[in-house]
Amino acid sequence: MNGNGNGDMNGEGNDTAVEANESAANGPAAGDGAGGAGEANAGGTGARREQGAVKPAELACPQCGVVVYPGEAFCENCGRQLIAGRPGSGAPRPSGRTRCVGCGEAAVDGEGYCEHCGMKQPADRDHLEVELVTPGGPVAGVSDRGKRYARNEDAFAIAPHTTGVAAVVCDGVGSSPRPETASRAAADTAAAEIATALGAGAAPGDAVRAAVRKAAEAVAGLADSPEASPSCTFVAAVTGPDGVTVGWVGDSRAYWLSESDTSPSAALRDTGELDSSQVTADLKGDPNATTPDAETLPLGPSRRLTDDDSWAAFMVASGALTEAEAEAHPNAHVITAWMGADAGEVRPHVRGFVPDRPGTLLVCSDGLWNYFPGAGDLAAVLRNAQADPAADPTGAARILVRHALDAGGRDNITVAVLPMAAAPRTEQDR
Amino acid sequence: MSDQPQFTVKIDQNKYLPEGGREVHAIVSVESAGGVAAAAPAAQAAEVIIIDTSGSMTYPDTKLRAAIAAAQTAVDTLRDGVMFAVVSGSNSAKMVFPQQAALVPANERNRAAAKAALKRLTAQGGTAIGSWLRLADQLFDPYQAGVRHAILLTDGKNQHESPEELQAVLARCAGRFVCDCRGVGTDWEVAELRKVANALLGTVDIVADPADLVADFRAMTQAAMGKAVADVALRVWTPQTARLKFVKQVMPNVQDLSAMRAETAPQAGDYPLGAWGAESRDYQICVEVPPGEVGKELRAAWVKLVVPGGPGQEAQVLATGNVLAQWTDDEALSTKINARVAHYTGQSELADVIQEGLAARRDGDLDTATARLGRAVKLADEAGNEAVTAALRKVVDVLDPATGTVRLKANVEKADEMSLDTTSTKTVRTRKDETVRTRRSEV
Ligand SMILES: [Zn+2]
Ligand SMILES: [Zn+2]
Repeated sequence: MNGNGNGDMNGEGNDTAVEANESAANGPAAGDGAGGAGEANAGGTGARREQGAVKPAELACPQCGVVVYPGEAFCENCGRQLIAGRPGSGAPRPSGRTRCVGCGEAAVDGEGYCEHCGMKQPADRDHLEVELVTPGGPVAGVSDRGKRYARNEDAFAIAPHTTGVAAVVCDGVGSSPRPETASRAAADTAAAEIATALGAGAAPGDAVRAAVRKAAEAVAGLADSPEASPSCTFVAAVTGPDGVTVGWVGDSRAYWLSESDTSPSAALRDTGELDSSQVTADLKGDPNATTPDAETLPLGPSRRLTDDDSWAAFMVASGALTEAEAEAHPNAHVITAWMGADAGEVRPHVRGFVPDRPGTLLVCSDGLWNYFPGAGDLAAVLRNAQADPAADPTGAARILVRHALDAGGRDNITVAVLPMAAAPRTEQDR
Repeated sequence: MSDQPQFTVKIDQNKYLPEGGREVHAIVSVESAGGVAAAAPAAQAAEVIIIDTSGSMTYPDTKLRAAIAAAQTAVDTLRDGVMFAVVSGSNSAKMVFPQQAALVPANERNRAAAKAALKRLTAQGGTAIGSWLRLADQLFDPYQAGVRHAILLTDGKNQHESPEELQAVLARCAGRFVCDCRGVGTDWEVAELRKVANALLGTVDIVADPADLVADFRAMTQAAMGKAVADVALRVWTPQTARLKFVKQVMPNVQDLSAMRAETAPQAGDYPLGAWGAESRDYQICVEVPPGEVGKELRAAWVKLVVPGGPGQEAQVLATGNVLAQWTDDEALSTKINARVAHYTGQSELADVIQEGLAARRDGDLDTATARLGRAVKLADEAGNEAVTAALRKVVDVLDPATGTVRLKANVEKADEMSLDTTSTKTVRTRKDETVRTRRSEV
């Protein structure tokens, strides 16, 4: 471990690492009829609107106002990045010297070191924060390298679509080559595809499945050979007037945290996980679904929304081991499904939910849930820290990441926080 | 300065520290390359040859005669146009050539005149090295922009001035010229001449046999003629809260530069390296940093090779490198020791234990002498430093090099003891380096 000659130093971006409050896109509200693009976002943080009353308006570039297509990564007019989560783009670097995240001096040099205290500024992907203002209020994603790995192999992408937002989190498989390229490709491809498909009128479940197909193709395309194929996990959550749709491959997860469980004033409520009868209720069309005609599920108390494609989950589901036994086993984190050239056909699980109360969607990698596996554990972290995800999703995401770091940070940590203001309408608009 | 050589700075270290770890070690390798040997060195050069002409130089007479022959060879080795002078030293310094206290350009006529003047030298009087250096400094004064090199030959102790007087002259001359020092015979003191050489960034060596002086002077002069950049320095920046524990040259010989620091820029100091030709040297630095959180990475030192430039002038940066620190709770990473750091740490210790062992031997503390020299045998063996191993074997009988079990020899030639002393600071590269070198040269 040596030879940090000059060559090493320029590898990862020297850009400012933290892109707090980046408003990468704002969709006009699908709401109060007369609302044009300009007015749509006036409510800003915490704007809560009744959705779905009229045909969704068009998306506009937050920088130049030109109408953009959902799913486009960049504004064709001004080049503004529209899908958030990719490091190194976003707001241009401020002129002058960046402030050191360690000592606060405006002394960071071109190589990313502070000329006062010497601290290496986090690389773009080492610690990334993104906040997006959407018609339903702000959403955020935070990703951190953690304490043990030299690089962050997680990736996330958050894309606004005309009636909500899609968040994708992918975790590079450590035993594969260049896993960080797999997670990046999968997250970017899928977020764009979901927004595009929804913009074209697809149902959310179909949009997620199409996105998984495209993302899997993109990841498989990175392989030099079947023996050396970059791989990653995948989880997507899509909000919209129909509720919440989640889709996943591998052991990255989505959770629903009811507002009453994260609110500091509320007493701890039932935070039970999905029970087994509901676990089978994957959305129609999912080839893995055992009950093809299942309805979307009501979403009340806090719970996990996904079931890992992992050895541990399989052993528990088959009744061979208890959850505690499975988790303690060295194989616990071996995943049984992934994206990669060696994965064969990738078939996601897809599920739909309709919340009956306000709450927050968490989409995360195992770097977070390893330390806080239950929905109740995650809700407790936010509640104890007096977080308010609806008003400050970045703050909530930071708290979760900070707690995972404090608990050891042995893996990369990524979480997207998507507050759901009110119960969406249950009838279909289309 | 356009035909300056290309410099590179390479850092070898293990940047990983355990939780709470504070000490960062690194080897800084500075190399110049790129047609220096082929191209005529750009810098103007000045050379002063100082020959001891104290009375002892005639006991035996071969010393003076060999010194004259060696100085004549040095004069012949000077490139045309190099400004030079020959000085003789005894209780005071006198010009040998030219007669007035000034440098003259090397050319056929001046070389012949200098050699003729040398032939007329006689020896009488005592030894006052400080006064010789003072005259050399005066001669170099108008030539501070170019390469400035002196050769000093002596055969005795500095008896005719106080150590304080010599120290004051060394402080005055430091950074003003480089001086390689040679002792002929065995009546001089290694430690004393080493002090002179270290202060003036030169080498010290024994020429036990006067017959070897000619070759040695030729080699020193050739090396001086190969210098292309007059003054370079290692500028070392450290974080506000860090402390630079030492900066040492470790290749081609061990020399602690820590005391030579000149504050130059905020949080940075310059360590003078003298003149450079086509060559490579290694330095070891040690920085103490405040302990950081696991995962945090620090630039523990920012090393720049610079040409310092005059007052109010920006330094010219030739090459840079980063010494890093990163805290980890992975013991596999933090316990790894960089091979080159270990190698040169061992050779620094080797120089120390030899000098301590020889001092103990002189003082009659034979237990300490045996222990130190035994340790030296083991370290030299580990480092593959064959020159030191050979020199040690003339002073001790080695029973087991692996454990450093030795017995002091009963009768040791004075020259062998002094050779061991002067050899103690000469280092070798790691064996791995040598392998790489061999492979490269085969291509
Ligand atoms: Zn635009
Ligand atoms: Zn700083």
